[in-house]
Amino acid sequence: MLTLFLILFPAVAATLIFFLGGERAKQAALLAALAELACAGYAFFSFKPDASSQFAFDYPWIGSLGIRLSAGIDGISVLLVLLTGLLVPFIVLSTFNRTYKQPATFYALMLFMQAALMGVFTARDGFLFYLFFEAALIPIYFLAAMWGGDNRIPVTFKFFVYTIFGSLFMLIALVYLYYQTPPTAIAAHSSAIADFYKLNLTPQAENWIFWAFFIAFAIKMPVFPFHTWQPDTYVESPTPATMLLAGIMLKMGVYGLIRFILPIVPLGVETWGKTAIILSVIGIIYGAIIAIRQRDMKRLIAYSSFSHVGLMAAGVFSQTETGMQGALIQMLAHGINVVGMFFVADVIFSRTNTRQLDQLGGITQSTPKLTVYFMIMLLGSVALPLTNGFVGEFLLLHGVYTFNHYLGLAAGFTIIFGAVYMLRMFQKSMFGPTTSRTESFTDLTTSESWVFIPLVVMVFWIGIYPHTFLKVTEPAVANLMKYIGTTAVSMK
Amino acid sequence: MKIELLCALIPLFPLIGFLINGLGFRRVPKGLAGAISTVAVLASFLTSAYLFGAFLGNANLSGNAGPLIATLFDWISVGDLHINFSFQIDQLSLLMLLVVTGVGTLIHLYSIGYMSHDEGFGKFMAFLNLFIFFMLLLVMGSNYVIMFIGWEGVGLCSYLLIGFWNKNISYNNAARKAFVMNRIGDLGFLLGIFMLINTFGTVEYVDIFKQATSLAVGDKTILAITLLLFVGAMGKSAQIPLYTWLPDAMAGPTPVSALIHAATMVTAGIYMVVRSNVLYTLSPLTLEIIGGIAIATALLAASIGLLQNDIKKVLAYSTVSQLGYMFLGLSATAYTAGMFHVITHAFFKALLFLGAGSVIHAMSDEQDIRKMGGLRKALPVTFITFLIGTIAISGLPPFAGFFSKDEILAHVFEHNKLLWGLGVLGSGLTSFYMFRLLFLTFFGEFRGTEEQRHHLHESPATMTAPLVVLAILSIVGGGLNLPGGGWLSGFLAPIFEGSKQVSPEAFAESTIEHSTEYILMAVSAGVALVALIIAYVMYISRQAVPAPESAERSLPEQVIYNKYYVDELYETIVVRPIRGLGDAFYSFGEGLVDGVVNGVAWVVQKISAQLRLLQSGSIGFYVLAMVVSIVVIFALRFFIRL
Repeated sequence: MLTLFLILFPAVAATLIFFLGGERAKQAALLAALAELACAGYAFFSFKPDASSQFAFDYPWIGSLGIRLSAGIDGISVLLVLLTGLLVPFIVLSTFNRTYKQPATFYALMLFMQAALMGVFTARDGFLFYLFFEAALIPIYFLAAMWGGDNRIPVTFKFFVYTIFGSLFMLIALVYLYYQTPPTAIAAHSSAIADFYKLNLTPQAENWIFWAFFIAFAIKMPVFPFHTWQPDTYVESPTPATMLLAGIMLKMGVYGLIRFILPIVPLGVETWGKTAIILSVIGIIYGAIIAIRQRDMKRLIAYSSFSHVGLMAAGVFSQTETGMQGALIQMLAHGINVVGMFFVADVIFSRTNTRQLDQLGGITQSTPKLTVYFMIMLLGSVALPLTNGFVGEFLLLHGVYTFNHYLGLAAGFTIIFGAVYMLRMFQKSMFGPTTSRTESFTDLTTSESWVFIPLVVMVFWIGIYPHTFLKVTEPAVANLMKYIGTTAVSMK
Repeated sequence: MKIELLCALIPLFPLIGFLINGLGFRRVPKGLAGAISTVAVLASFLTSAYLFGAFLGNANLSGNAGPLIATLFDWISVGDLHINFSFQIDQLSLLMLLVVTGVGTLIHLYSIGYMSHDEGFGKFMAFLNLFIFFMLLLVMGSNYVIMFIGWEGVGLCSYLLIGFWNKNISYNNAARKAFVMNRIGDLGFLLGIFMLINTFGTVEYVDIFKQATSLAVGDKTILAITLLLFVGAMGKSAQIPLYTWLPDAMAGPTPVSALIHAATMVTAGIYMVVRSNVLYTLSPLTLEIIGGIAIATALLAASIGLLQNDIKKVLAYSTVSQLGYMFLGLSATAYTAGMFHVITHAFFKALLFLGAGSVIHAMSDEQDIRKMGGLRKALPVTFITFLIGTIAISGLPPFAGFFSKDEILAHVFEHNKLLWGLGVLGSGLTSFYMFRLLFLTFFGEFRGTEEQRHHLHESPATMTAPLVVLAILSIVGGGLNLPGGGWLSGFLAPIFEGSKQVSPEAFAESTIEHSTEYILMAVSAGVALVALIIAYVMYISRQAVPAPESAERSLPEQVIYNKYYVDELYETIVVRPIRGLGDAFYSFGEGLVDGVVNGVAWVVQKISAQLRLLQSGSIGFYVLAMVVSIVVIFALRFFIRL
């Protein structure tokens, strides 16, 4: 039942704020998101580390067709539920010093988005998943199209059409899978994801279903070469929307790979997994090299996110336990780091009215707080040991390296290029002499600091004691490994 | 006291110091900040010394000199792979602990004086503490991943401290270069760890080395592992081709150069190889490669050192060169000799850098030796101690460097006569550039400005006291391992048991006659002495002063003066192509990919031209329709159960 609450509560709160919010929409949204965080946190800490689905609900929906309203939290979802609960309140808080027109609508959309994301990460029915997967697009589309930058209309249109287009392939695959399921006691077929896992598909079917799902998820993440909507959308969207997109929404893609592709079409993965890894690794390097040359902070972070997510996809397709665990913990870590990074860009933009690195510099001279938080988020992003990024990247790279030494080496370049573009961004904005735009830079306000503080706590918590998070996902990952036929860390 | 607690305390002290000074920056008064950070490291030193005593006592009592493992918690666990957060106390880690915390304490003390006028004093001391923390993790870890935490952590501190004066863009660039070059090495290290995991199923030293002793010499996997780990060492310990960051790292304040870029961090690569000695002994080919790289690095850096005019740059190239000697020793399986040189080098190179700092302090931040001269009268303590350091590094008996370098060369002689010859040549170069530095700085006439002359002063006691202590250590340090079975060889022997087991011949008793050994010693000392005399004739008798920047130089001189144009080469073959690629990907690649996407969209659009008549064309309408339908379906199906 807790799951139902996690999905419905933000939606109800959003509706109330939309109609009654008025001037206090901000505060109301923050309260609602904090309450949701408390629930998500409760779910995380009371989650029993086994492979089962917990806090679940299950109602008939379209009874005659065997389609059910069924959702729950298992080891694969639990970190993403936590991430969704964790990030939204601080994304809301990050807007406290900014003014957005029509605040009631703005904050209502953010909470609607949260409800849809919670639905995506907990749905246990294929069609329910699809519904939430698409529903999540609507609030983010409005956020970007109504509050975005000058070029927002064509950019968000492309984003919208591109991702909808991708999901259509998934819909076809879902319908096909649905018709393959054997009759149940009450209906001719079943759309429960667990029933999809039991199917014995023909190799041909596995191959095309692999691609149908892969394209849908690859666009969402995005994986090279399906990424061209992403940098523009991240840059044009208002920063809170960018944070939702990069922090949480792109994880829908990685989550989809783990939830659908690996267990449903293991043969497809065997045949095409290497292709998928190669695309992902190309994306890692391609995105990183482009990031090195970017001048706009937001665009730079967008490309870095594109590069990082490639590693997660590669880790998933490595079909190793380390790769899978790495992907799960890295989704959490990346969400935290990327939100922190975009917030840094937002803070700088709010004071200098620019995100161009060559117009910045010397900010550190007047901002001890921002410098420290920026540095810590950066260290997380470049995967320094004892920060959150390291645990994920270490496991992911081990997975990819175990899959194939050369691909592992190529993927490993992320740690070098990552350091290059991140340190370049830090140096050009924070160090050196001040410019006309940065000479009167003021340090973080209290509410801004409070956006960073929980993120920083998470950076070190995950980095120093990842056991808290790895142990809850471990049984589910071990269970998942059964479907793909390999076990544990491949050794010897 | 429990061993876990003691072990945890050692890195905890500097971490607490870092947190107090870091969080309390500008709130903790300067005097207190300096005291806190120095006491923190001193506390680690005393704890290490206590542990050392206890370990020795324990070893003598039970005859058991095996490692003590202190496991704090399970850090990363996935499937069968368990990476513990745990420390290993054995002969090797104790030795490194004492060097790091001992020299560390002295340099912290020195920094109180050296940095006292800097507005970022508290931050500086905090970073130094953080560095010690990571360095301690590096040497105390009981497995490769904990070593890697320290390995990357010291790299971070190095970055923060090189770019400490961050208003200066070129300092920032030097810092970034150091971090990135180290990261290149770290990738090798990381892949090495992955191979260890996939080969042995664990990252713990004890378990890996136990399994490894059953492997045959020349094992292919071990070859790959040792090479990958050595790539990490190349980065951290500045070997060809990843050495160019170290001279640039001199942009950092001088105590940083002494602590990080001379005495401790840069020797991490040697520590790592010695720690993994079983693996390296199993792979003679890797050792050959290390030998080649090491001698090339030693000579290349020494030759550049001959013509440098920046007091810190000379010392930096000297460090690169000396690190080459250490690896040269390792390549001849003279692991003890390598560690011996690590220790003596920590003493005399820290001394030389701190001495250079004292000079720079007195000269109002002047670093060019062409503008110094005759400083021995104004800076007597600095002069005497610098002289001692110079003698020690040049390999003149009976100072510390003589014994450690000689032990390396003796083993290399047995192993490969050519390498020995080149090694002796290098020690001649070392002696020359060091005495050149000494003579130009402290002898002759003062060549600076009147204002500088007026300002000349000996440094305060917080700075000279560490100089004196290090000078004494540089004199007597050789006593740690006198030729013919010194204390260090006996002490470290248990560390190399595994290596002896896999390759007894590599550790066989020396076949060299004692008379030959004395001749070898005499030759290397003689070469150093000759180099000294040449330097004396050139810079004291003839009072030569190096040519100014603009002077005409002969071609070989030009090439060496410009450091063989290696930085320019890297700029051309690595940096610029990557930048170009970045621009090309961004402008053409993205356009191309996007063009295909738009092309697909265009085709779809054309095909659906007929259907278009049914559509209003307003995206807002579609979205609205979609939202409404979803809500309606949802509501209907949920509330009106069909």
